[in-house]
Amino acid sequence: MIRAAALAGALTAWALVAYGGRALGLVNPVLMPTPGEVVEVAGTLARDGSLAQHLAVSSLRIAEGFGLAAAAALGLGLLVAVYTPARLMLEPVIEFVRPIPPLAFLPMFLVWFGLGETSKVAFIAYTTFFPMFIGIAAGLGRVDVMLLRAAASLGASRRELLRRVALPAALPSIVVALRLGFGLAIFVIVGAEFMGADAGLGNLIMEGRVFFNPAQIVMGALLLGLLGSLVNGLLQAAERRVLRWRALG
Amino acid sequence: MTMAGPGGAGGARVQIEGVHKAFGLDGRSTPALIDVSLEVQAAELLCLLGPSGCGKSTLLNIVAGFIPPTRGRVRVDGAPIAGPGPERGVVFQEYALFPWLTVAQNVEFGPRLMGVPAARRREVVARYLDMVGLSEHATKFPVQLSGGMKQRVAIARALANNPSIVLMDEPFGALDAQTREVMQEELSRIQRVEHKTIVFVTHSIREAVYLADRIVVMTSSPGRVKDVFTIKLPEARDRFAAEFTRYESEITRVVKEEVAKVRE
Repeated sequence: MIRAAALAGALTAWALVAYGGRALGLVNPVLMPTPGEVVEVAGTLARDGSLAQHLAVSSLRIAEGFGLAAAAALGLGLLVAVYTPARLMLEPVIEFVRPIPPLAFLPMFLVWFGLGETSKVAFIAYTTFFPMFIGIAAGLGRVDVMLLRAAASLGASRRELLRRVALPAALPSIVVALRLGFGLAIFVIVGAEFMGADAGLGNLIMEGRVFFNPAQIVMGALLLGLLGSLVNGLLQAAERRVLRWRALG
Repeated sequence: MTMAGPGGAGGARVQIEGVHKAFGLDGRSTPALIDVSLEVQAAELLCLLGPSGCGKSTLLNIVAGFIPPTRGRVRVDGAPIAGPGPERGVVFQEYALFPWLTVAQNVEFGPRLMGVPAARRREVVARYLDMVGLSEHATKFPVQLSGGMKQRVAIARALANNPSIVLMDEPFGALDAQTREVMQEELSRIQRVEHKTIVFVTHSIREAVYLADRIVVMTSSPGRVKDVFTIKLPEARDRFAAEFTRYESEITRVVKEEVAKVRE
């Protein structure tokens, strides 16, 4: 209820500023598109099917890049958790590369992977990998040693300790890391599609800039926000389901 | 080699031989245990008693296989131990229940690892939950239980795995005084049925006198065996019996010397 009211409030505020400002001559119409104009642009693009196509292209890039990074973060997170030499080797490298803003590397990704899909997917994977890896590795590293001891004295092998104790115990941190990674994927898809893309929501926004169509820019941004909250909602629902036991206390 | 059969009489179940343990801090090492030698007999409840910092939990952790001794060795049923194993069940002070599993799933954790079939597992879970009086709570999660209930689950979990030795590290230390006495009575009742070989760590003299067949009093930092008392009291004990009180005051005197030593 509160969430719905807050959303409605934000929409009303936007409408007031856009329409009211325009009526009173306070706001340059070009600088503040109205909700009506945004819906109109969306309608036009939806009718010729290009909106669905842009959305599909962006979603696929996000899904592939995020999926690759999540798989790598999970795999390497597990490796680092169980094999100390791997941790000692990987940690300094990752800690050195991680603080570099990924956008600084974007031109290199275009050089390495070309203008096609690969560079976008690789860029999203690269950007989202670090926070997810660090979250997952930290979660696995913080597993209560008492739980591991309890399981070991009940006969658990190393493998069973990982599968039946470390993974379930770290699940809350893993889910948080995935949500963080996905949010970041939505964040950087725009940058990836600004450069050398011929489709996608980022490209749509860039096109809006080039042809001076603010309504189209706002529409692209809103769609990304929608996509982000949709998937975040799904991940949160999954989290509540998996972590049902925590809510009972 | 001394090999005692499961539950069989005669022969030591656990042999602790000349165990030393030192913990290293920045190259300097502090001794925690010095030359501890002990035997735990089959079906015996042995209490390790001593003030905090006497190394009694360290000794238990060595027997459990969680940490290696610096010197000396521990044999269980004649075989040297290498790491933790299912024949040595452990009950921790902080319960260490798996919070994502229900009470029943916690109890069947060990049997499941051993590949016990589901029907048999259900029997085992039912038996041990009944033993600790938690049959009604089988589908609850640990967060929904009180401290005493959690520790009952932990005891049921350890026993359900049918270990030949149960190691208990101040299991009732986190409970309030009333719950603590109830749990001692429960454990004493269970032990009269199960006849497990139990090593029980505590700093409570009353608790030790109530539960133990033998009490090993340890000196404080570094830990050594100071004295061993054999408690000749009936299986079902009365905390107010004259004999009980006599043991209590006798052991209190010995322990107090150690506490005083720490103060100095």
